[in-house]
Amino acid sequence: MAVADFEIPEIKSDIEVPKYRKGVMAHARTFPASKPIQENLGYPGELTEDWKERAIDKMGDLLGKYRSLKVFLDACVHCGACTDKCHYYLGTSDPKNMPVARQDLMRQVYRRYFTPAGKLFPKLVGAKDLTREVLDDWYSYYYQCSECRRCSVYCPYGIDTAEITMAGREILSHVGLGQKYSNEILGKVLKIGNNLGLPGSALEDTLEGLEEDIEADTGVAVKMPIDVKGAEVLLITPSADFFSEPHVESLIGYAKVFHAAGISWTMSTYASEAANFGLFDANYDVMRKAAMRIRDAALELGVKRIVVGECGHARRVAYSFWNTLTGIGYGGNDPFSIEMQKQLDPAYPQPQHICELTNDLIKSGKIKVDPSRNDDLVVTFHDSCNVARGSRMGTEAGGQFTIPRELIKSVVNNFHNMEDGTIGEATFCCGGGGGLLTDDLMEVRVKGALPRATALNNVVKEHQANFMAMICAICKAQFTKVLPKYGFDMSMVGGIHQLVSKAIKLD
Amino acid sequence: MSTVTMIYAGMFYIATLLLAVGLIYKIFDYSRTPAPLVIPTTPAPTTRTGVAYRMAKEVVVFESLFKSNKWIWVFGFLFHFGLLLVLARHLRYFTQPVWVWVDIVQPFGKYASIIMVLGLAGLWARRFLVDRVRYISTPSDHLMLLLLIAIGVSGMLMTFVSHTDIIALKEFVLGLMYLDVQPLPQDGILMVHLALVALLMVIFPVSKLLHAPGLFFSPTRNQVDNPREHRHVAAWAARLDQNN
Repeated sequence: MAVADFEIPEIKSDIEVPKYRKGVMAHARTFPASKPIQENLGYPGELTEDWKERAIDKMGDLLGKYRSLKVFLDACVHCGACTDKCHYYLGTSDPKNMPVARQDLMRQVYRRYFTPAGKLFPKLVGAKDLTREVLDDWYSYYYQCSECRRCSVYCPYGIDTAEITMAGREILSHVGLGQKYSNEILGKVLKIGNNLGLPGSALEDTLEGLEEDIEADTGVAVKMPIDVKGAEVLLITPSADFFSEPHVESLIGYAKVFHAAGISWTMSTYASEAANFGLFDANYDVMRKAAMRIRDAALELGVKRIVVGECGHARRVAYSFWNTLTGIGYGGNDPFSIEMQKQLDPAYPQPQHICELTNDLIKSGKIKVDPSRNDDLVVTFHDSCNVARGSRMGTEAGGQFTIPRELIKSVVNNFHNMEDGTIGEATFCCGGGGGLLTDDLMEVRVKGALPRATALNNVVKEHQANFMAMICAICKAQFTKVLPKYGFDMSMVGGIHQLVSKAIKLD
Repeated sequence: MSTVTMIYAGMFYIATLLLAVGLIYKIFDYSRTPAPLVIPTTPAPTTRTGVAYRMAKEVVVFESLFKSNKWIWVFGFLFHFGLLLVLARHLRYFTQPVWVWVDIVQPFGKYASIIMVLGLAGLWARRFLVDRVRYISTPSDHLMLLLLIAIGVSGMLMTFVSHTDIIALKEFVLGLMYLDVQPLPQDGILMVHLALVALLMVIFPVSKLLHAPGLFFSPTRNQVDNPREHRHVAAWAARLDQNN
């Protein structure tokens, strides 16, 4: 499938806010899901006759279920604070990629059908009928948002465009206009257990191969256990870690950490996926079904701890939603959550992030590392958006920024942050998150990566950085594909546990 | 009793009723709508006290806006702070005897009107001068600023240029409060000022002015970041647990 040609933006010395250019990204439309993909998830196979009524009904349903949506659609005053915050606006200059304008695509319809002002004076308050043209705008622009939440940091009312994008996509799916990429993957995870559709036997073969590689490389028999009942830890990691480069280097890193610390662990063929694409359209049922596989696997295997590998949106779902969706966590006093809780070891946070685990082990001296083994590298760190703004590590607010950096600094000697305003809570998305990591959106992905590429370019120029560490499977896949278009070498991209893997001392 | 007085008295009773009913309904509606997932924008406070502090910073000093854009922050803050003092000053029309603190802020409130209108003018200028803000502005965004400026300027005219009979005005206001309507001073500027205020009251619960109550209900700002320690389940979602 040929992708339309487009110009790669030029990296400037600073991230610049462009003048808007109307409609320049209207052509970017992700491939719609086919009939079987849609019907597999219980959605109509194609745009229904009564799509308009269905859409309004669904919107009413969501307004009754989600306070976020209701408050966010009411509260915006069009102050403009968010207009220069979205990486897709900065990279494309299409004004509908400004967070407020993206929200207004839904807000105009909300006002028309759900508010007195919009019913009586539509023109005055910018209310619009839900026409096919509006629906097409939704389809274009709700798939040019990576749900990274950067705008929500800067909104005086905390309006999170991600909530509106998710609602928009859920409505689109319900009228028969789902996205091929996400809905196909959700079908696979619900049927087979991972986004790639890898059957258990393929997974076992791959892990055996990796064990052989590690032994050949280090002389140590590091195991990659799978489906081991009674193991202490169940590791849930994005399935990209099993096959993709550079993801697999981090998987090898996790295995070495468990080995060196002497922690018994296992993965699961049934729940072989940390990523939960149900988040992307926030369809609660679908998201819950995908997450329930992890609970079921944990109960089946009898593990005491659940640890999540390097993944961004997965981290948000695991940290923020698993307890709600599946009872993995503490504090529930209903039979459903008690069943899970009584099996888990209360000495550890559940679910724990692999960086929390490794950092604790290094700090307490339970595993030894030699950072000089990474002396060929000058490392910087890309805060993945959903880890940064949708989750936490450790016990203090902001642990998601300090713990990964602490961990990196304990395994490398040369570390430099990128500039303020591009890291921490202000971090820029890689450009491929939230269901956009598909070739049919390559133009959106490349342009959306411009702010990050600019910040990276500056740390390369100033400190000769040659490695950007990150903790997200999507970031890794996106950057290895997109950064070369900006002239960077794809080997610059890798996980934190890739660095740990090199520095760790095995006996 | 003159017709004008009757009209204005009726207008304020209706406006007050619509404002109160509208706001109470909206607040009730926000509070009954569940927030099924934990979605604070992190880093977020891990305790209720921390959330109260975060919210206080948003309400009092507009913390997120300060991070975002210094111009909007300056104009927005001038307007809201000016408005606060102006409103405080207006309490002297509603209290008899006038509360001590109202007496103290009263002279500041007089000049705060200038700050308020300057802030509004700055916010309006942005709607013309910044291309991105021009793009997102609807007619109602402009009219809302026009309305607030008109209220501010008409008030300032009475304070600084052409004084109105504030003794009679206060009798009218107190009369409204105690259901004993007194004559409204027949002053053109005052009548414009009061009519615009009544209009603002009516618009409040059906417009973007809902950002005021909305902020307190914003899940990204009012939720505690403790999902691993505390299980958060909405009623409609809890029913799903029963099927397992």
